[in-house]
Amino acid sequence: MIPSNSASVASAALLGELLRRRRQMAMGRRQMAMGRGGPRAALSRACLSVVSVCRRRRRASGRRSSRMQKISVLLFLAWVSFLFYAGIALFTSGFLLTRLELTNHSSCHEPPGPGSLPWGSQGKPGACWMASRFSRLVLVLVDALRFDFAQPQPSHGPGEPPVSLPFLGKLNSLQRILEIQPHHARLYQSKADPPTTTMQRLKALTTGSLPTFIDAGSNFASYAIVEDNLIKQLTNAGRHVVFMGDDTWKDLFPGAFSQAFFFPSFNVRDLHTVDNGILEHLYPTMDGGEWDVLIAHFLGVDHCGHKYGPHHPEMAKKLSQMDQVIQGLVERLENDTLLVVIGDHGMTITGDHGGDSDLEISAALFLYSPKALFPRVPPKEPEIVPQISLVPTLALLLGLPIPFGNIGEVMAELFAEAEDSQPHSSALAQASALHLNAQQVSRFLHTYSAAAQNLQVKELHQLQNLFSKASADYQRLLQSPQGAEAALQTVITELQQFLRGVRAMCIESWARFSLGRMAGGAALLAAACFLCLLVSQWATYPGFHPLLLTPMACGLASTIVCAGLLATTGLKLDPVVLGAMAAVGSLLPFLWKAWAGWGSKRPLAALFPIPGPVLLFLLIRFAAFFSDSFVVAEARATPFLLGSLILLLVAQLHWEGKLLPPKLLTIPRLCFSASAGQPRHSGTHALGLGVGLLLCIRLAGLFHRCPEETPACHSSPWLSPLASMVGGRAKNLWYGACVGALVALLAAVRLWLCRYSNLKSPEPSVLFVRWGLPLMVLGTAAYWALASGADEAPPRLRALVAGASVVLPRAVAGLAASGLMLLLWRPVTVLVKATTGTPRTRTVLTPFSGPPTSQADLDYVVPQIYRHMQEEFRGRLERTKSQGPLTVAAYQLGSVYSAAMVTALTLLAFPLLLLHAERISLVFLLLFLQSFLLLHLLAAGIPITTPGPFTVPWQAVSAWALMATQTFYSLGHQPVFPAIHWHAAFVGFPEGHGSSTWLPALLVGANTFASHLLFAVGCPLLLLWPFLCESQGARKRWQPLGNEAEARVRPEEEEEPRMEMRLRDAPHHFNAALLQLGLKYLFVLGIQILACALAASILRRHLMVWKVFAPKFIFEAMGFIVSSVGLFLGIALVMRVDGAVSSWFRQLILAQQR
Amino acid sequence: MKDTDIKRLLYTHLLCIFSIILSICIPSFFLENFSILETHLTWLCICSVFVTAVNLVLYLIVKPNASSKRSSISYKVTRFLKCCIYFLMSCFFFHVIFVLYGAPLIELVLETFLFAVILSTFTTVPCLCLLGPNIKAWLRVFSRNGVTSIWENSLQITTISSFIGTWLGAFPIPLDWERPWQVWPISCTLGATFGYVAGLVISPLWIYWNRKQLTYKNN
Repeated sequence: MIPSNSASVASAALLGELLRRRRQMAMGRRQMAMGRGGPRAALSRACLSVVSVCRRRRRASGRRSSRMQKISVLLFLAWVSFLFYAGIALFTSGFLLTRLELTNHSSCHEPPGPGSLPWGSQGKPGACWMASRFSRLVLVLVDALRFDFAQPQPSHGPGEPPVSLPFLGKLNSLQRILEIQPHHARLYQSKADPPTTTMQRLKALTTGSLPTFIDAGSNFASYAIVEDNLIKQLTNAGRHVVFMGDDTWKDLFPGAFSQAFFFPSFNVRDLHTVDNGILEHLYPTMDGGEWDVLIAHFLGVDHCGHKYGPHHPEMAKKLSQMDQVIQGLVERLENDTLLVVIGDHGMTITGDHGGDSDLEISAALFLYSPKALFPRVPPKEPEIVPQISLVPTLALLLGLPIPFGNIGEVMAELFAEAEDSQPHSSALAQASALHLNAQQVSRFLHTYSAAAQNLQVKELHQLQNLFSKASADYQRLLQSPQGAEAALQTVITELQQFLRGVRAMCIESWARFSLGRMAGGAALLAAACFLCLLVSQWATYPGFHPLLLTPMACGLASTIVCAGLLATTGLKLDPVVLGAMAAVGSLLPFLWKAWAGWGSKRPLAALFPIPGPVLLFLLIRFAAFFSDSFVVAEARATPFLLGSLILLLVAQLHWEGKLLPPKLLTIPRLCFSASAGQPRHSGTHALGLGVGLLLCIRLAGLFHRCPEETPACHSSPWLSPLASMVGGRAKNLWYGACVGALVALLAAVRLWLCRYSNLKSPEPSVLFVRWGLPLMVLGTAAYWALASGADEAPPRLRALVAGASVVLPRAVAGLAASGLMLLLWRPVTVLVKATTGTPRTRTVLTPFSGPPTSQADLDYVVPQIYRHMQEEFRGRLERTKSQGPLTVAAYQLGSVYSAAMVTALTLLAFPLLLLHAERISLVFLLLFLQSFLLLHLLAAGIPITTPGPFTVPWQAVSAWALMATQTFYSLGHQPVFPAIHWHAAFVGFPEGHGSSTWLPALLVGANTFASHLLFAVGCPLLLLWPFLCESQGARKRWQPLGNEAEARVRPEEEEEPRMEMRLRDAPHHFNAALLQLGLKYLFVLGIQILACALAASILRRHLMVWKVFAPKFIFEAMGFIVSSVGLFLGIALVMRVDGAVSSWFRQLILAQQR
Repeated sequence: MKDTDIKRLLYTHLLCIFSIILSICIPSFFLENFSILETHLTWLCICSVFVTAVNLVLYLIVKPNASSKRSSISYKVTRFLKCCIYFLMSCFFFHVIFVLYGAPLIELVLETFLFAVILSTFTTVPCLCLLGPNIKAWLRVFSRNGVTSIWENSLQITTISSFIGTWLGAFPIPLDWERPWQVWPISCTLGATFGYVAGLVISPLWIYWNRKQLTYKNN
């Protein structure tokens, strides 16, 4: 094998010997072609002789400064990211609102307002503001019991087909009770306030207030409620509260229950543990009688929705079980007991919840009492009540004070005395309940507006006027009880008007923004974007790097000074504001200094280097964030933009004449000057790449998930896990396809590594790629097999299956982590072969075919002679220094950076893939394929500027960022909370996580932002790929060399493809290019987050702000953070490889000298 | 380059615009309930036929490039057949491109195909008329410095502006204005038409303004 090196590494240098040597060379190549199976393998290395290594040594002092440069580049990137973070944090603190939580409590002895309590009820035992009507309460909370689940179905005749939907008409006992005992029971449609997540709903259902948007994120860790609530009132009154079910209550009400049976709630895949646990304790507890209030929170319906969706037969089973529960309870109820069956929220047609669509906010509410409760029969269509109305109603029915912060309105119907036939006293009772309620709400308003200034003064004033009028009317009525019916009705209407007005005002006001912070945050973001743009332009100018570190010092100093000043004055300051001040404090000096140094000398136009078409694309993308329709349709708009950009690239290549070989285009009389540069790709190649990319994008678009705003759209059925499939055969086929995708991914990566490097190096990371990756594939496939068929496993294998589904994902993740560690430890995967007997000097080969005949030949010979003499001279110098007669052939040195990047990306992709549903693996395959195609296409348009400066054009960076967004959607995500794949938290942890919250958050985050992470880490490939493609161009020219007759080739083609070593040859430019690349990527992402922030602030009163713009901003902000971290890691990895290559060279020299 | 050439170019372009206007006006006399939005597909067919016919007639009258030396009947017939095949191929090609860009694959096939036909009418038919079934010449015209006459220059401008119009036409589709013209592919076909008309108007003017700078290698 070795002789082939002699031909390609070096040869004798005399001009006279050239002819002979050319023959040798061709011979050597022919051997190589036979021995190695084609020229391809040989080309996959870049060979360096010791001479060039020694030449490097003279730069040893330069290396140290290079390391400083690397550190300063990384620090600068971190600083720019920090600027963005500070902007995001400042904006978020002004935009996402929080409600002030008051800790005041209502108490029995303290009536909510002046005036006597009705009927002097304080005297009665067990009564507070009103006499209690029920001494006991059974509250059955069926999570996600949507209204139509409980809705009575019209009875169908014998001929009609029965209702086919699995969730309809399963709660028969409700229907029966409503028909038989219309005065005892009532079904309502309760409207929950968004966010419709369980914890927020529990808070609302006990405090009677409106938990705000910012709470939505803390659903993983629910914390104790500090506001006044029903449970606290019950315990204060000395009632025995027994709880069973969802353990979220444990965190919300620690130590409040006299007896409690908690079951883990987080495992949404588990349909039965909680429900069966409750059923085990429910009836014994009820019969035992040691309780006043019994709360049972069933989770099965919700989990069934999450796992299968409402349209699955499993939902029918679950609802039938709930029906039996209700039936059993009704049979056991005693006369003084009220039964409440309530759903805390609904679910979408896919079984998710969290948003504010109609299906999510409509929940069922069913009341039943063994004694007659309602004066009238239920209306045909169930009444709609706000969910929080239940709080004051229950409080007054049980004889408790209404919780202090409640803004719900009592359901007046329940306070009409049913047995009392007198309509007047019934209406009076309703009015008194409403009055108490209104007094309490008015007291709360008064306290709240004193504590926090965010209620609107004018409306508050109006409402207070309304209340005082209604209150006066009520008092007048009490003085003269013989008043007319009409007056009573007016009072009731006024009170209700007041209560509804308060609720509307609170909803409005708790969406109040801090405009100053929002503007500040947006300005900071804009400034950071501007900085990225400027510095990405300046980065390639020489002498820029020393400036990079100053802003950090400035910022740090100013922050410390500020913090010190504030500490001495004793002012408490937000960390957010402090961070923003630090950002501004470092940004301004930097800009000023940079302007003084560079900007004033150069024309401003040169500072905005984005070419026109790309600027147009960026502008379109920027503008699209301001339209809710485009944000909703982003899943379709992004592939469209990406496809347009790709076709534009291809068209541009064609326009520049690089797409097709010039001979096809030249017409005889037309001299083609544009095609001076040799095209590195043939035309059909680039065109094929473009079409292939479009095809990939379109195929990936098949895995889309519909936003809930477009009802006509149907989500792809392929996003659901295989376990939810019913058909056995289809399941097996899909499973085969998924495993096929895995194997194809593995094979593609190995093929790539084989082609650009050889996998024969004994380095540990190469060994890992050869053996560890197949193991990971095997583990993933086995895990999928278990996960998709776990329910069908025979009982005796259950334990084994459960164990394996814990171990396998963790093993894959562990393997990936160890692979990454290995890669970081030994990133240089170079196979070194020492060759003896070859000439030592590295000379440029000079094919020469006789004396110069033309001017062109002369032009080309003279420099050759000069270079040859130079080499010769240098060689003499080297000889005096190093004694080594060895030449070293290093394989795959030319792809050392990108090989490490691709390995790292593959290792990252596998655990991420495991977090997704099985069929998403096809999208991962497409992801790798399309990024490969895009890199090739981009490489076709990027010229290699050999000595530097290296740049990555804007269109490459924009296309890369667009592709990251497009992949985000094709992985089945949508930027809304209900669409988050919560299942990801259970991969490897089927039993849930106990109390830890960061691990599930990490898993879910990794699932959601997988594409952001992969593309950000892979970003340096944009810089590396054109150099990698250099070898391809060379290969095309090398192939005809087998035939000696065709051996007439031009001089630059004879050179080794140095590939990525070109980057190493100019470390200064390499670092600058990395910095520039990072800043460009941050800019493209930065204008997205800036657009989101601006859209959210400008359209903050838009109908869609909470549904579209706010979630989009949060997702974009999280995506930015993930991307910037990934980018930092990617660039750091390249630098680590660079450092390792340096030390590898150093070792090589030492070995040579010995 | 003479001013008369530019004048001829302008007149032919005005005739093309006129044909589009005719395709909107004339059918309403013969067909009941004809309107661009309601009976969009009919209009597409009519417009396509009108524009093709006017292009052919103008080509035969004006003869912008020197007629080829061979003028046997069989040569003309094969050339014509080749043109038809090229036209069909370009229709299918555009259809595929639309689907790749996100058009529905199975539903609305007829609409998508007619859209491809109208775009082919605006772009491929002028190319066929002017350059003949000669892909190499097409590729030459659509690259830098590849234009050899004002006719080719105007062809370049109208074709590119038709494409840009089509592309811009896709933007209103996701908006929630609920207008009848937002339905696929009406906004795109309208965009293509506007782009074509704009190209027809712009190209003589542009050539007129830049007549000093434009030097064609073989003129």
